[in-house]
Amino acid sequence: MSTPGTSGTAASSSGATSTGTLSRGRTADEAGFDPSAPLLQVSDLNVRFPTEDGLVHAVRGVDYTLRSGEVLGIVGESGSGKSVTSLAVMGLLPGSARVTGSVRYRGQELLGQSDRSMSRVRGKGVSMIFQDPMTSLDPVYKVGAQIEETLRVHDKTLSSKAAEARAVELLELVGIPNAVERVDSYPHEFSGGMRQRVVIAIAMANQPEVIIADEPTTALDVTVQAQILEVLQTALSETGAAMVMITHDLGVVAGIADRVLVMYAGRPVEIGGVEDIYYEPRMPYTLGLLGSLPRLDAPTRERLTPILGSPPSLVNMPPGCPFAPRCPLHIAACDEQEPPLIQVGGGHAAACIRTEKVERAHGHAAEVFTETASDAVLAGEALPADLALGADAADATSADAPRADQTEPTAGGADTGSIISSHRGTQDGDRQ
Amino acid sequence: MSTAMTERTSGGAAERGEPILSVRGLEKHFPIKGGGLIKRTVGAVRAVDGVDLDLYPGEVLGLVGESGCGKSTTGRAILNLQPATSGSVVFQGREIVGLNRKQMRPLRRDIQLVFQDPYASLNPRLPVFDIVAEPLIIHGLTKDESELRARVRELVQTVGLNPEHTNRYPAEFSGGQRQRIGIARALALQPKVLVLDEPVSALDVSIQAGVINLLEDLKTSLGLSYLFIAHDLSVVRHISDRIAVMYLGRIIEIAERDELFSRPAHPYTQALLSAIPLPDPRRERARQRIIITGDVPSPANPPSGCRFRTRCQKFANVLTDDERQACITLDPALEDRGAGHPNACHYAEPVSVL
Repeated sequence: MSTPGTSGTAASSSGATSTGTLSRGRTADEAGFDPSAPLLQVSDLNVRFPTEDGLVHAVRGVDYTLRSGEVLGIVGESGSGKSVTSLAVMGLLPGSARVTGSVRYRGQELLGQSDRSMSRVRGKGVSMIFQDPMTSLDPVYKVGAQIEETLRVHDKTLSSKAAEARAVELLELVGIPNAVERVDSYPHEFSGGMRQRVVIAIAMANQPEVIIADEPTTALDVTVQAQILEVLQTALSETGAAMVMITHDLGVVAGIADRVLVMYAGRPVEIGGVEDIYYEPRMPYTLGLLGSLPRLDAPTRERLTPILGSPPSLVNMPPGCPFAPRCPLHIAACDEQEPPLIQVGGGHAAACIRTEKVERAHGHAAEVFTETASDAVLAGEALPADLALGADAADATSADAPRADQTEPTAGGADTGSIISSHRGTQDGDRQ
Repeated sequence: MSTAMTERTSGGAAERGEPILSVRGLEKHFPIKGGGLIKRTVGAVRAVDGVDLDLYPGEVLGLVGESGCGKSTTGRAILNLQPATSGSVVFQGREIVGLNRKQMRPLRRDIQLVFQDPYASLNPRLPVFDIVAEPLIIHGLTKDESELRARVRELVQTVGLNPEHTNRYPAEFSGGQRQRIGIARALALQPKVLVLDEPVSALDVSIQAGVINLLEDLKTSLGLSYLFIAHDLSVVRHISDRIAVMYLGRIIEIAERDELFSRPAHPYTQALLSAIPLPDPRRERARQRIIITGDVPSPANPPSGCRFRTRCQKFANVLTDDERQACITLDPALEDRGAGHPNACHYAEPVSVL
């Protein structure tokens, strides 16, 4: 493309025809592409990694549909499979990973495609923002060159001059001051927040329809995080893209997501509108997660309700609900089979057979977690090991015994009984 | 200590009696060596640049700030793990700065540290029993083997772990359990003060909540005082009685917990509080956010006058040129300017941001 004149006009004229500031021409020529199909449809996605200890089933049947223009938040703790899910969607997992199921972008199957044909989708149809801005940029190339590469790889007709002009425009868009000079800087000359802005500029360069952001603000300080979240909003309004926002930070999701998917042990355990998830969660895990967050906005200092134990190992998982060993609502039926996602309201589903119990709490974790602690005891739930040990210790060091009792992690508070703390101890023991 | 000084650093805690730990003018500078054959000092990173703190018995003092603000270095300098460049740290009437390792040892019984990373802070080659027993052996606190066993068992139980598992190695425990082991080790010598350096930031929220509850219980039952260093304001708010906010090597505001959160007076504290996303969709979306620009300047070359002025939205948008002169030329002291608690801003004014 010949673009005489200043960089500004070059950028806009090239945008109209190829880089897409105005037009939305994209991978329409790809086989199986159907503009009317859902934007991104993931069904029964499974990822297994062979390891020395056996097959690690990291993602166990993830289903979601991303509608155009929406932001889907995926939350979960470390090891819940949220990042592996997105890497599988992008086809970025190592060759040893066994991926099954289906990932359709506008009807076009992405799983099993060659790296070459995936490259046509990556960055243009679906692009990704990674967690660590220190490692996701190439240290030996100028940031401008890295943005231009993204542009020119998807548009061979774009002149280097036009690409550079567009790179400057993108850097300005993500709020990098003095962009004209900064395109010639290397990544190490930028701070963490500035690098993440560059990563976002690269992700939005080709006007993608889907942006997958994997913990985009986790490595950043909170004041910089606020800046980056603003930039992400800009990127969304600028490109009109839908976004999958993966994070462990429930505050970030609350601000940006339209719908939320909660993952646990490689599976979605609850999905629903953002207000349903935060105010009316139905899965005990979601409730527990919200209850264990210290709140900046709480009127009083309430005791936290931790979830006892730790997530299961993903090697040779036993049948039954994976959350059952940590769940205060655990009953015998929970161990029989893993519950599917059950509809509990409009667009709101939870993988739990006791959602009616969770409903009664209306989002107050302490209610479910205490009530059911006594439930567990009446039902003769296991708490022998720790209680016995407690008695032992009392004998051995009788003078200090009350102190030891008091300092049980969840004991003492009016909201939690000593039962739950013994329960916790047992779980810790089981997990080791 | 003069009364003025007490008032300056207390942030409303004057009624708590004598502080157990008192820090005055603490500085820790790291030299920057020039290139070439002969390494000459060409400058200094002023990581901690004049910090005053008082920790009172039975209190939790939160120390918050972003990465690079010097909060961890402050903790280490207080413990004399990194000798302070200048200043004074008085623990129970005794000056710590300048003491050598041998002189420090008896004091270490009373003031202990819990580290951030539960993976790096435990020796992977020692079973948990040895890790927790080590301080007891070093300080010769137990008479015989059976007493040592009983004490370790009790400690491990105190932090909510199963004493049967003390023959296992750290690798066999999860992050939360390891952090409990680190806490058991710190408690072994029955200290009076714990310096907790980001004790829960490496943990997932559901695990983090258990460790926070444990720390609260231990504080009450053992009568401990904590210097709780963290970047997460929601955690700090949950556990602290008073909170000090650090920026670029200085404390810029210190107040009682509720006071700080309801009436922050320093523009940086206001921005920090307003930047934290709330896990409540309706409130989060209804909030007006104060977004500050840029990044923390280099502590090797801090701005003149007020250190925050380069990012301060008040400086940029509200003040007149005449008013800005004070920010550029005068380094604001940490003192009460009518906000009800000490802060270091010439134009401090309490604002509710939550």
